[in-house]
Amino acid sequence: MLFKLQKIMDLITPSTGLLFWTGIVFVSLLFIIGKFALKPILSAVNEREKHISEALEMAEKTKAEMQALKAENDQILKEARAERDQILKEAKEAATGMVEDAKGKAKEEAAKIVESARQTINSEKAAAMAELKNHVASLSLEIAEKVVRQELSSDDKQKALASQLAGEIKMN
Amino acid sequence: MQLTYKFSSILLSLIFTICFSSIAHVSFASEKERFNVSETIMHHIQDAHEWHITGDEHNGISVYLPVILLDNDLKIFSSKHFYHGKKVKVIGDDKKSYQYMVGVGPAKGYALYHEKIYKLAQSENQNEDPAGHLHFKKGHPHNTQPLDFSITKNVASLFFGALLVIVLLLGASRFYKSNGAVVPKGIARFIEPLILFIRDDIAKENIHHGKHLKYLPYLVTIFFFIWINNMLGLIPILPGGANLTGNITVTAFLAICTLVITVFSGNKNYWKHIFFTPGVPLALLPIMIPIEIVGIFTKPFALMIRLFANITAGHIIVLALISIIFIYENATWGLLSVPMALFISVLEILVAFLQAYLFAMLSALFIGAAVDEAHH
Repeated sequence: MLFKLQKIMDLITPSTGLLFWTGIVFVSLLFIIGKFALKPILSAVNEREKHISEALEMAEKTKAEMQALKAENDQILKEARAERDQILKEAKEAATGMVEDAKGKAKEEAAKIVESARQTINSEKAAAMAELKNHVASLSLEIAEKVVRQELSSDDKQKALASQLAGEIKMN
Repeated sequence: MQLTYKFSSILLSLIFTICFSSIAHVSFASEKERFNVSETIMHHIQDAHEWHITGDEHNGISVYLPVILLDNDLKIFSSKHFYHGKKVKVIGDDKKSYQYMVGVGPAKGYALYHEKIYKLAQSENQNEDPAGHLHFKKGHPHNTQPLDFSITKNVASLFFGALLVIVLLLGASRFYKSNGAVVPKGIARFIEPLILFIRDDIAKENIHHGKHLKYLPYLVTIFFFIWINNMLGLIPILPGGANLTGNITVTAFLAICTLVITVFSGNKNYWKHIFFTPGVPLALLPIMIPIEIVGIFTKPFALMIRLFANITAGHIIVLALISIIFIYENATWGLLSVPMALFISVLEILVAFLQAYLFAMLSALFIGAAVDEAHH
């Protein structure tokens, strides 16, 4: 047998001296650790944990605030954009209206000008016609005078003319 | 990093060299007997009155620790008076020869046999030596033993380990005292995660209703005490090498602490579960109550055995592997046994932590069960 029973008994027999010293050392260790070592460590750790959780909370809060701010900004931007669009639309409408107006007025004006031009032309034309008529009348008279003078240079010719005229008159 | 690695490997090889030489001398040089493995291993894992470093058993370099005896009056003297005393051989009642050391000088009247101190006594029929003898019956001396409060190797190692724990923890606490709640540096950086680990994963996890802080000092103490002493036990040279946490006395004391704390923290709910387990038929109670009462004691008993067996086994394996060289009396075996012993040593570093964690965790579990409120 490699390990004799006696040796194993030796191994598992408690010894008074060691028990005594272990007791003293362990209890004083427990006292020192509990009294002097653990408290500062734990309080520091707790404080730091509190700091960290506070900082995290703060960060969360700031983040939320930032988000709100951003949302607000977005809203403002959106509104501004809408307003701009509105203004642009209105401006475009106004511009279109003005152009339309101008066009209408121009047309009217043009029509007026054309009308007055036509009237002038007409009156000019009438005047010209009247002058032309007078001129033509006097010319015709002159021509008629000359023709008559020519035609009536002989008796035959006078008779023929008279008959012709008479015929024409009848026809009319 | 590289340098640290190199340094630690040099240190390791040095440690092994010293370890070898000490084993070799203990078991060979003085007597030309065959190497006795179990003798050597038992010698190394048991307590001693000296802290042997290197050389022969009685002429080598050794730290002789004080012997404190309480035998009517208090006697304090160096263990040198035993180790440098008179070697005596007697024949026991089983016709085997036993050898023990008789103390000289202040140790007069006492004898050291297997690191235990006995009072020499006269026998009726023997009259060669007026100082007296040890009387061996059935393999061990039947002389009376004085109360032995000696600073043995284990006690010295216990002091050193406790001092180390105090230095580590007070060092960490001093850092916070002088720096406030800042990011830890130095020792505090090493200690703080461990304490947080004990607080969050051991105490808070097992002891509910916010009662864990009350038991935290105990759990921290027990964890560091076991861990540091486990680690010291793995160092084969002077400040370590004692098998303190593998000693049944120490583990029994720690287990008793847990038992006492559990029993005294037990609330009404805990005792009700033991003496009147809810949901158990009345007829079964005569069986259940003794089982539950035995259960109170088996839990810390298991704690005691677990720590003792794990640490002692670790020491035995390392020593046995190194002993291969001396069994075969051939250094070539070192090529096999040294890497294996190194592997086991590294494993033991893990076990050192694991056992400390387990002891603290199970203590917390038992305490947690004792202070738990009814939740049904």
